[in-house]
Amino acid sequence: MVKFFVTVKSSGFGWDDEIMHIPDGYLSPSTCATLYLFAASGWYAALKRIKQLLATRAIPLISVFAAFSFVVMMFNIPLPGGTTGHALGVGVAVIVLGPWGAILAISIALAIQALFFGDGGITTLGANCFNMAIVGSFTAYGVYRVIAVNSHLNSRRRVVAAAVAGYVSINAAALVAAIEFGIQPALFHDASGTPLYAPYPLRVALPAMMIGHLTLAGLAEAVISAGMVSYLQRADLGLLRGVSGLAQTTGPLIADASAERSPARLWWAVAVLMVCTPLGILAAGTAWGEWSSADLANGRTREQIEAASGNHAPPSSVPAGIQKLSTLWTAPFPGYAPRFIKSLMFGYLLSAMFGVGLLVLASLVVESAARKWPRGTLRS
Amino acid sequence: MSRHAFLESTLQAFTRAVSKALLSEHAATRPGLLQQLDPRVRVIGILALVISVILCRRLEAIAALLLIAIALAVASRVSLAALAKRVWLVILGFTGLIALPALFLTPGEPLFTSPALHLSISAQGLRTAVLLILRVETAATLTSVLVLSTVWTHILKALRSLHLPAEVVTMLAMTHRYVFLLIETANQMFESRQSRTVGVLSNPEQRRMTARTAGVLLSKSIELSHEVYLAMLSRGFRGEVRLLTDFRLQPRDYVGLTAFFLSSCLAVWIGR
Repeated sequence: MVKFFVTVKSSGFGWDDEIMHIPDGYLSPSTCATLYLFAASGWYAALKRIKQLLATRAIPLISVFAAFSFVVMMFNIPLPGGTTGHALGVGVAVIVLGPWGAILAISIALAIQALFFGDGGITTLGANCFNMAIVGSFTAYGVYRVIAVNSHLNSRRRVVAAAVAGYVSINAAALVAAIEFGIQPALFHDASGTPLYAPYPLRVALPAMMIGHLTLAGLAEAVISAGMVSYLQRADLGLLRGVSGLAQTTGPLIADASAERSPARLWWAVAVLMVCTPLGILAAGTAWGEWSSADLANGRTREQIEAASGNHAPPSSVPAGIQKLSTLWTAPFPGYAPRFIKSLMFGYLLSAMFGVGLLVLASLVVESAARKWPRGTLRS
Repeated sequence: MSRHAFLESTLQAFTRAVSKALLSEHAATRPGLLQQLDPRVRVIGILALVISVILCRRLEAIAALLLIAIALAVASRVSLAALAKRVWLVILGFTGLIALPALFLTPGEPLFTSPALHLSISAQGLRTAVLLILRVETAATLTSVLVLSTVWTHILKALRSLHLPAEVVTMLAMTHRYVFLLIETANQMFESRQSRTVGVLSNPEQRRMTARTAGVLLSKSIELSHEVYLAMLSRGFRGEVRLLTDFRLQPRDYVGLTAFFLSSCLAVWIGR
């Protein structure tokens, strides 16, 4: 069954190549409207950010890059094993333009395909842009930044990062598209049970989409991303500065705004959130599903649990499993307050400071380990 | 198969895109029903029909919309042979193959059972497969009729009058313009490489060559964007985009708009 989908190559079309551009008719009107809304939020934020960063240069740069993305989507990429595949180029778009620029460039390319060439639907344009431009760009950005860390612009690690970013991003986009297809029959069917739009449930749509993308389409994206980064390292290094993450670089295109921004604002935000933690005291009752054996034994909290659970009474006695596991681990600050602290509010604040401190410490350890990671390891 | 099928397939894809664009430019200038209507009416009307296609839940209503689409194509002098070749057959091959397993996989009342193959076609499976194919065919026919009867610049102006931000409309216009320039550039690079390639390239070498070509194209694109930017600056561009919308609605446009809306509403009502 799955093999059938993957091997469809009639009329020059393949499931893996073309179904990413969802045509009109596969998704219900409400799905299309929701995804248009999601995509529109992404476009609005991207347009605002890009205009801030590039001012008057934004329009020609994004337009020409969109045209480039459109042309690269037509490239037949030779893959290991003698077959070929098509790539979206989202990995390269993110590396050169950053995620916001990539969202706009890929969306414009998809819009031209739909409106001018009739490839991909009009009602599904929001879905296509959400899957490929927004989900794809942010996934590629995250993966590239995490793997490339602070490596040199011409290091081998960046080539690997680009390959993985391309591969993961195209699969993330395919996964979201598969979920969109897979939820259609359950949500939109007539009285006789006939699916009105995409007919396959998640158990069929997920493997059918993912096998094609985990193999051919993902590989094509990895090949083009890695190949282009490797080429640019030798021929046009400046283009890789866009989201390099290197503090000393100032990119000729779109410098990564998050890298330039001072972390002081973030520390202030963390401090404000920490000060706000005692607000939790205002909430009445117990957190749903976080009941302890003491809560289940207490008559008053049992009433609260019943009221919060749609009048379903909790079990009459404390379940044996909860009883057994409750003694397994005792938190150092049970109930967000060390035992010696009498003020609940102060206990919350202390817990917040302790928790944030532990997280900062953990991230410093991870960062230091990443810095010490020998760059040559990936060469092998 | 050729030794360098990947090169030829890419060159064919470029040729297909350019010929598709030329075909639509040519068809859009012919005198026809849709061509006589204001582009805004065309865009809004076809959009309303496409939305009604996905809102309809009955086959009869979608089939009626397909007939309307075909009638619009004939009245607008859009070649049915071109539609059949570029839209109907392609969709039948692609969506048809996707819809085929639904005949057997959709649970429901069995219509036909093959004991030898242990396969059973359900009534629900047959209906969902036909519904999907018909819906996709109808929506794609309507979109193609719009594309083949309207000059791209008019579609853009119509989008602008529908309050799409001017920056987005400008980017769509510029992208469309440079797509053909970059197709030409990439085409020349691949052709020159093809003409100079003697013998057989290994698979890794083919990949490297494709990535290098894409890399060169990227560098050229970025340089081109700088040149375009300088040209825009030299003409007084300050970041503000102004587009001329010189369309005037005629009485026939109001008739057309009413006809589009009535057909859409009627189809949705019948197909609910």
